[in-house]
Amino acid sequence: MTSVSADQRQQLAYVATQAADARLNVEIETEGMTLNIGPQHPATHGTLRLVARLDGEQVVEAEPIMGYMHRGYEKLAEVRTYPQVTTLINRIDWLGSFANEVPFILAAEKLMEVEAPPRAQWIRTVLFELSRIANITLFLGDMAVQLGALTPVFMAFRDREFVLNQIEAATGGRFHPNFDRIGGLKDDLPQGWIDDTKQTMEKMRDFCDEFEELVLGNEIFQARSRGIGIVPAEVGLAYGLSGANIRASGVDWDLRRDGHEALAYDQVDWKVWTHPDGDSFARYWVRLQETREATHIVDQLLDGLPSGPIMAKVPRIIKVPAGEAYAATENPLGEMGYYVVSKGDLVPFRVKIRSASFSNISITPWLLKGVYVPDIITILASLYFILGDIDR
Amino acid sequence: MTQLSSTEVENDAAETGPQSDERREAWAAQLAEALGDGFAEHHIIPGSDLWVRVNRESWTDAASAARDQLDCQFFDWLSAIDWLPSPYGRDMDAQEDNPEPKAADPMEQGHAGGETRFQMVMRLYSISEHMGITIKADLPDDDLSIDTLISTFPGANWHEREAWEMFGIHFNGHPDLRNIYLPGAFEGNPLRKDFPLLARRVKPWPGIVDVELFPGEEGP
Repeated sequence: MTSVSADQRQQLAYVATQAADARLNVEIETEGMTLNIGPQHPATHGTLRLVARLDGEQVVEAEPIMGYMHRGYEKLAEVRTYPQVTTLINRIDWLGSFANEVPFILAAEKLMEVEAPPRAQWIRTVLFELSRIANITLFLGDMAVQLGALTPVFMAFRDREFVLNQIEAATGGRFHPNFDRIGGLKDDLPQGWIDDTKQTMEKMRDFCDEFEELVLGNEIFQARSRGIGIVPAEVGLAYGLSGANIRASGVDWDLRRDGHEALAYDQVDWKVWTHPDGDSFARYWVRLQETREATHIVDQLLDGLPSGPIMAKVPRIIKVPAGEAYAATENPLGEMGYYVVSKGDLVPFRVKIRSASFSNISITPWLLKGVYVPDIITILASLYFILGDIDR
Repeated sequence: MTQLSSTEVENDAAETGPQSDERREAWAAQLAEALGDGFAEHHIIPGSDLWVRVNRESWTDAASAARDQLDCQFFDWLSAIDWLPSPYGRDMDAQEDNPEPKAADPMEQGHAGGETRFQMVMRLYSISEHMGITIKADLPDDDLSIDTLISTFPGANWHEREAWEMFGIHFNGHPDLRNIYLPGAFEGNPLRKDFPLLARRVKPWPGIVDVELFPGEEGP
C-alpha cells in the first residue's frame, strides 16, 4: 500500500497542472472569496450546503455543511418496534427505498436466528435490484443535466417510471414500499408481474444502450468528467467510500458477491464492474454498467424463482433476543448497514445506521481542494449522494 | 474484473462456513499479540462476526494494527453506545401510555463485555478477506474522551464529530470538533439514554394498536 503522502503528491501535481493552465491565477494574485452553494441548489439533491473558499477560479478549501434534514432516526428507532422501524428507514435513501429495508431486516433476522424462505429471498433480491435500477437511472440523467445536457434527465425520469410502476405493482408503494418483514415478505408477487417486469428490463437495457452513446459518448461530457476528481483507491478506502465510487477506483469489491447475507445473488451469473481511472467519468461508467448488469440479475432471478412460502414461522409479536448484529448490503449508493443492539425487548436498544452517502461525501473536503468551480458540480454529481442518506 | 459462475460462488460459500471461525480466531489472536495488555476481551459468533474490546489507551493502536496486520483498510463506521437503561421507563421504550414506575434494569453490556456506561464502537473491514471486525473500548464516566483516529483513517473525522455531538464524547487531537447535524446552539446530547425524546413524552405513540393482543393470545 502506498503511503498517503504519495497521494497528496499526486493531488498537488494535479493542482499544479491546473494552475499552469490558468495562468491568470498565477500571474494576477486575486483576492480570496467565499462562495456559498446551497442549501437550496439543484446540484445538491436536497439541502446540502457547500462553503468554498476560492482563489480566483480555484477552490482553496471546501466544506460541506449538512444537518438541514437531520431527522434523528437513530433516536426514533429506539422507541419503535422492529416492524415499525422499516417505515422510518424507507426514507433514508428515498430513491431506492426497498434496498434500505433489507439490511435492517437481515440484522434483525440474524438476532432472531430466522431465515426467510428461498422464495422470499429471491423476491427480495429482485426488488432490491429494481430499487437499484430506479435509483441509478435517475443518477444517469442527473449527472448529465448538471453538466449541461438537459435531455437525459427527462429520459431518465420517463424510463424510471417503468421500474417504479413494477415496484408499485408488487409492493403498493412507488417510493416507500415498506414491504419487507422479519422472516419474509408482506405479500407474494401479483399475477402477470414477472412478464411485465421482464419487458421493463428489456426497456431498461435499451435505456442503458442509449445513454452509453448519448452521454458517455458525448465529447463535452468526456471533456468535463475525465480526469476530474480522481480518488486513489487507498484514500477512498480510508475515507470509507463504498459502492460504485470505490469500484470506479479499481477496487473489486461488491457486498452482493462478497457479503454473506441471505440474498440470492450467489444463485445467478453476473459480474462486478470496475474501472481503473477513479475519476468522475469512471464513476458514471461503472454505474451505467451496473444498471445493465442489474437488469440481467433480475431476469435470471425471475426465470429461476423457486416456489414455496414467502414467510418463515415468526411470532406475531416480534421480540428480538438480546444480542448485537451488524448486517450490510450493497445498496445503490454503496454499503448500507445497520448495527442493531437488542435487549430482548419489543424495540431495539440502539440502532446505528451506516449510510453510504455520509461516508461517500466525507471525502469532499479532500477531493475539492484545488479544483475549478465548475468541477465542484461535476465531482459532487459523480459522487452521487442522497441527502436523506447523509442526514438520516 | 472477475466473472463469477454460480458454482464458484457455492464452493466459496461452502468453504467459508467452517473456515471462518478459525480465521476470526486468528484475527483475534493477532490483535491480542499486537496490543498486549491493551486487549481486553473478544467474542466470536462462528461464521458471522468478531467483536474485540480494547483498553481506551490502545484505541488508535488497535485501529492501525487492524489496518496493517489484518489488512482492514476499509473504514466502515464509528459510533458509541450508551448502555444506561432508559430512566424514563417503558414509555420511552414501548407503547404504554402511563406506565407504572419500574425499577431500572441493571446495566448490561453486549458482546465482548464492558464495564462502563459509554462504549466506543468502530467497524473495520478487509476487502481482501471479505471479513469485518467490530472494535469496542470502554470510556470511564468521569472522563469521556478518547484519542482521535484521523491520523489512521481520515474518514473518522465526520463520524467522530457525530459521536461528539450525539454522545458528548471528546476526541483528543480532533482538529475540528463542531456540530455536524445539530444547530450550533443545541444543548444536550440527543443519543444519550437520559435525553428525553420530547415528542414521545408529550403524546403517546399511536402505534400502540400494532401490539394489541388478539383474544386468546398471550402477552409479549
